[in-house]
Amino acid sequence: MEKSLTQLGNLIYEQINNQEFPWIHMQSRSTDNILYDTNLRQYVLGPRMIRRHSRNIRHIRPFTQLIWTAWFAKELVTQKKTSTLRETYYSARGQRDIEYTDQQESDNIITDLEVALNRAREDFNIFPAERSAIFGDLTIEYTVPGYEGRRTNLTDHPDGIMIGPAITSSEFIETSADKVLVIEKGAMFNRLVEEKAHEKFNALLIQTAGQSPRSTRAIINRLYTDYNLPIYIFTDADPWGLHIAMVIISGSANAAHLRGLATPDAKWIGVLGSDILNYKLPTEPLTEYDHKRLFELKADPRYKDQFWQDELDILLKIEQKAELEAFSKYGLTYIVDEYLPAKLES
Amino acid sequence: MPQVEYQSISPADFFYRNREIAGFSNPSRATYTAVRELIENSMDACEVQQVPAEIFLRISEVPDNRNTETKIYVMRVEDNGTGLPAEHIPQAFGQVFYGSKYELKQARGTFGLGGTMAVLYGQITTHKPVQITSSTGGDIHEFVMNIDIQNNRANILKHTVKQNPSGWRGTAIELQMDGDYSRIMYRLIEYLKQTAMVNPYADITYIGPKGRLYKFERGTEKLPPLPVGVKPHPHGVDVEAFRRLISVTKSKNMKTFMMDNFQGVGNKTAERFLELAQISLKARPKMLSPEDILRIVRSTKEYGNFKRPDASCLSPIGEELMETGIKKELGLTDEDYIKVVTRKPSTYLGYPFIVEAAVATGKNVRKMHGSGITTYRFANRIPLLFDESSGVVWKAANKNINWKTYNVESDTSVVVAVHVCSTKIPYKSVGKEFMADQPEVEKEITNAIREAARGVRGFMSRRFRLAREKRRLNIFNKFLPKIAEFSGRLAEKDTPNIEPLLRVVSTDIHEVEKKLEEVPEIVEES
Repeated sequence: MEKSLTQLGNLIYEQINNQEFPWIHMQSRSTDNILYDTNLRQYVLGPRMIRRHSRNIRHIRPFTQLIWTAWFAKELVTQKKTSTLRETYYSARGQRDIEYTDQQESDNIITDLEVALNRAREDFNIFPAERSAIFGDLTIEYTVPGYEGRRTNLTDHPDGIMIGPAITSSEFIETSADKVLVIEKGAMFNRLVEEKAHEKFNALLIQTAGQSPRSTRAIINRLYTDYNLPIYIFTDADPWGLHIAMVIISGSANAAHLRGLATPDAKWIGVLGSDILNYKLPTEPLTEYDHKRLFELKADPRYKDQFWQDELDILLKIEQKAELEAFSKYGLTYIVDEYLPAKLES
Repeated sequence: MPQVEYQSISPADFFYRNREIAGFSNPSRATYTAVRELIENSMDACEVQQVPAEIFLRISEVPDNRNTETKIYVMRVEDNGTGLPAEHIPQAFGQVFYGSKYELKQARGTFGLGGTMAVLYGQITTHKPVQITSSTGGDIHEFVMNIDIQNNRANILKHTVKQNPSGWRGTAIELQMDGDYSRIMYRLIEYLKQTAMVNPYADITYIGPKGRLYKFERGTEKLPPLPVGVKPHPHGVDVEAFRRLISVTKSKNMKTFMMDNFQGVGNKTAERFLELAQISLKARPKMLSPEDILRIVRSTKEYGNFKRPDASCLSPIGEELMETGIKKELGLTDEDYIKVVTRKPSTYLGYPFIVEAAVATGKNVRKMHGSGITTYRFANRIPLLFDESSGVVWKAANKNINWKTYNVESDTSVVVAVHVCSTKIPYKSVGKEFMADQPEVEKEITNAIREAARGVRGFMSRRFRLAREKRRLNIFNKFLPKIAEFSGRLAEKDTPNIEPLLRVVSTDIHEVEKKLEEVPEIVEES
């Protein structure tokens, strides 16, 4: 990582020394260059390249910000420190003439750097804020400074362990689990831990806290590729829940330049539209916004399989949606005692 | 039944009783008007002599123990003008309606009223005589005198004749008056500044009551050509003026009377006109009845074939001189926009007039005036300072012109200066403070401003583009060093040298400037 950052520095340095306005080549991230790759089953960047050129009055500011961010990343990597998107944004605020107007702009430049280097930002130690967690029988060995060689089992803490830089960079040593259960919400995750679902189903539990962060998706991918653990995703039966599952399965347009985040073989097991009817779940009517979103999803290439089209159609037909918590109608443990076993069996 | 007493009063008496109509309404205004009248007499005297004017004004306070708002001031005005012949001095300053300006040509004052009014006002407020020193190049005559108000004539207290070895020519007048300087100081200095603006060949020095020196230096030695006296145009004559002409004429019949006394009236015109007026060609002028006179004067308005009034009696400042004056008093540089337009002569009600207009904008205009449209008004080279929004210039500049057409936004700073010269300025009041909106005059003023403003649009867009280019250059100056610094750190090397790159962009801006110079001005009419 350190090497590619130095290389970038050398490139710019040499251009200036040759009395040339420095510029770099990178893949375009504009929407018309984001394509769906049916083989990889995820979004990828197309062949179009753009040139970010410091001779261009509109480019020079983002160009400067990119170089600064590269330098900042190199500092993180060489000093073995980690940072967050937000911290990076505020560090830039301390630099005159580099500062961003908002964090969105800073995040965008970090993504540019990912594209330019063809590496994920986690590789140069910039992480999103932690909110996602993991729990279950997995022993890991830390590699972060001060913890090198230390091991922990992810059942050690009953609230689960935050998926942050330390977990992301750790080595996975061993696990007895034979599946991964991904849940959209912290409350349901806690319910499953309390009901010892990890033992009952012999599973690792991961909660995504809404749309899953990239580091979480990377871990899911690792568990699937390195340990062949099947992935089961459990979300609300509404367009938002469906899409949380889909991003884990097929990736997002925002990360089209990165590989190893999508897990195409992951399974969405519920709550299905048909479950609403079969289990007579308490529901809420779809809002106008839900409606609009469902139609957007129907047109999305990631949803083109018949299975997904049918699921979207059911929601549109019944005009209702249901949350994970709806199973509480049958008692707090119903979901662990009845629903999940049935689902995992099928 | 009570007895009604009739008595005639002298003109001096009349103005004494009605001094507000001549601009002496209160102590501060009287201070201003007195200075103005004296300076204008001096300017006229210098122009007649065709020398670049050198005017000296001093106002000093006479110490006293009065605890009032007003003070006694001594006013002294000196000029290097033509000087007054000794025999005319007493009347010139001691008699209302005495003056050299009865001929029909452009002049600042008209009837010789102003100077005498200043003397009169000084006399009635302080009871002190006036002192006038003048020479036409020979001996120097010094008069100390006051005005016999009831009889409208000068009362000479002392007359001394001195030798003039240095050949001094000019006039100096010193009088005392009760006035209020503090309230009028701003306007007075503004008056002097604007006088310097439209008389760029004049050097004006002023020492105020607190001993402060103000100097308005001339920007040129050139003078505009002198106006030539002309006979009146038939359109512009009224019954009274016509009666006066008849009373002094030596013409034996009406045909020769018309030809001798009016401009542009030859054989044919005289015959045709008199036919229209139903007056015999052979009628004796002195035998005309009042009805005949009325009919003739009315017919002058109906008769459509008189020549246009002769404009040689007018003396416009000229585009070059007006530009010099405005530039020097507003502190404009070549970076600012200024355009002066002198229009062709035109007429209203038989009076010839010429409109000159200047439009200026730019950085230095903004420094002095802030945003918005500032108007300067001049009539026969006299600045008009009061009642701005009632005047025709304000109306033309603010209502008739759509400034958006010229890329002028509400926060742009624009100066509009308008000079109207005429044998009869269409003043709205005797106080001569603002011009009425005579349709012909208003139209000419509007057109003159439009013409002068034509280049503003091009100037604005050029300035806008230049500013944009400069901003662009700043961006390179700001970011390139950062790119160099951090690429150096990233490569673990020193900071690469960006000077060659900065040179490339800064030559760009010179090229842009050059290119912008070549952009033709956009001509736009609203």
